[in-house]
Amino acid sequence: MSAIAHAPHHAHAPEPAAPEEENRRDFLILATSAVGAAGVAGAAWPFIRSWSPSADVLSQATTEIDVSTLAKGQMITVPWQGKPVFILRRTDEQIAAAKQGDSEKLPDPAKDSERTQKPDILVLLALCTHLGCVPQPIGTGNFGGFLCPCHGSHYDTSGRIRQGPAPKNLEVPFYTFKSDNVLVIGKVAG
Amino acid sequence: MSKSIMEWVDARLPITELVKSQTTEYPTPRNLNYWWNFGSLALFILIVMILTGLFLAMHYKPDANQAFDVVEHIMRDVNYGWLLRYLHANGATFFFMAIYIHILRGMYYGSYRAPREILWWFGIIIFFLMMATAFMGYVLPWGQMSYWGAAVITNLMSAIPVVGGDLVVWIWGGFAVGDPTLNRFFALHFLLPFVIFAVVFIHMWALHAVHSNNPDGIDPDFKKDGIPFHPYYVIKDLYGVGVFLLVYCAFVFFQPNFFLEPDNYIPANPMQTPAHIVPEWYFLPFYAILRSIDFLGSYSKLAGVIAMVLAIAILFVLPFLDRSPVRSFRYRPLSRQIFWIFVIDCFILGWVGYNPADATRFNGALPLIAVGRTCTAIYFGYFVLLWFITAFDIEKPKPLPKSL
Repeated sequence: MSAIAHAPHHAHAPEPAAPEEENRRDFLILATSAVGAAGVAGAAWPFIRSWSPSADVLSQATTEIDVSTLAKGQMITVPWQGKPVFILRRTDEQIAAAKQGDSEKLPDPAKDSERTQKPDILVLLALCTHLGCVPQPIGTGNFGGFLCPCHGSHYDTSGRIRQGPAPKNLEVPFYTFKSDNVLVIGKVAG
Repeated sequence: MSKSIMEWVDARLPITELVKSQTTEYPTPRNLNYWWNFGSLALFILIVMILTGLFLAMHYKPDANQAFDVVEHIMRDVNYGWLLRYLHANGATFFFMAIYIHILRGMYYGSYRAPREILWWFGIIIFFLMMATAFMGYVLPWGQMSYWGAAVITNLMSAIPVVGGDLVVWIWGGFAVGDPTLNRFFALHFLLPFVIFAVVFIHMWALHAVHSNNPDGIDPDFKKDGIPFHPYYVIKDLYGVGVFLLVYCAFVFFQPNFFLEPDNYIPANPMQTPAHIVPEWYFLPFYAILRSIDFLGSYSKLAGVIAMVLAIAILFVLPFLDRSPVRSFRYRPLSRQIFWIFVIDCFILGWVGYNPADATRFNGALPLIAVGRTCTAIYFGYFVLLWFITAFDIEKPKPLPKSL
């Protein structure tokens, strides 16, 4: 009401506005800006969200593997979510080496038993935790484990980081044994 | 007739006035040397890149199943496709050469000093944009280096605390670098050059507001020591373009793969990393800085990323680090010495970055990682030292000339 009453005054008034009116103007500018900013953020969301994995990508979230044919000491690389996963049936020496590592000083401490469900089956996401290169197969690194050739990280027979720039152990992806020999890697997503 | 047409146009769009004030009557210092050629040369290369890129885009398909083959299709089947691609691939190399010389010229002659800070900042923004554009462009051929370069660089984001992991998945559009990543990188690689072009416009706007610096680094009296940009520097710049084209074409026609990696002619394979990942040469010094921070345990990765970004971002504060009353290093003996140490240091960093991380020299007596760490320290040391010798008047500048 009073805004309308003031309107003609404004049209030809370079005089300073009353403090009360200034407050109201500040409030209106602030409120309009806030609503505008919220609107822009809301409008931006679909665009930002469109970059997140799409439904068809999410549907590929799990991989099923039969490990019955794996001999002792044999390692296979299987694709899971477009990333390589190492599955190794460890020899007794490799298991022993991993157990021995439990008591060493580790950059990212973890017990071997926490990293495996069955002692002889080692499942590792084969992406170096430094910058995501694929480490070389078992036996290539110091400690009998895996060497990442990109920047020289060494992982042991439990996939734990022992030497080099990588900050963390090789990730053990979520997996379950569907039956004694069939392994399902990943969780259903989306 | 043509005069009256021009008058008609000028009354509506003052072209004549613009040409006069920005070229034929735009004053430039009369003592600019050949190091001043590289700004306009970079603009020329940008135009070549946009033109060849546009025509390449007409044949390219950003699809993980087709991208590698379609690049070979461009090379073998498309008329002059090989020429377009080699011009574009080598153009990136020469673009960075021109820009590096351009930046170093600015650093040597103090072109970043007042009143040219904003001009300088927009230059650094262009440099950042160029690096992003070049990186995404390199992914498009979808070879092994494309793929693993993309994997390594996008993984840098995962070093960011808390949100890093989700951020990387968001950038990938999947659980790893893949088809969605390629597709969006193509879209951005197409867009960014035009953004660069717009920022170049602002860069030149700022330049024309404050005018060119010059080798003496003093403010010239343009009445006495100024010459119009056209025809003098237009001719000189064109001469530079001619020389550049000789070198550029020599590579394009006779050694087109000199700067390219053989591994990128192997199709991308997410299951196998090449034995040795090297970025393009223009990223090598920064890559070496990234790798040289490996002594901070679990903080190494984040620290490496920060150091790498900081290596460029520190240029933003360079105008404030340099406290000397004199701009040009011509008259600053100490600054000049550390400048050349800095330049040599960048080359050594590049060499370290080119070699495998665990490489050694002299039968293992000299691990390159140690060289990398030392050179990283020297790299940042330059900026600290420049501040130190100028803030505490340790450097005694030589007397400046009264005029150009």
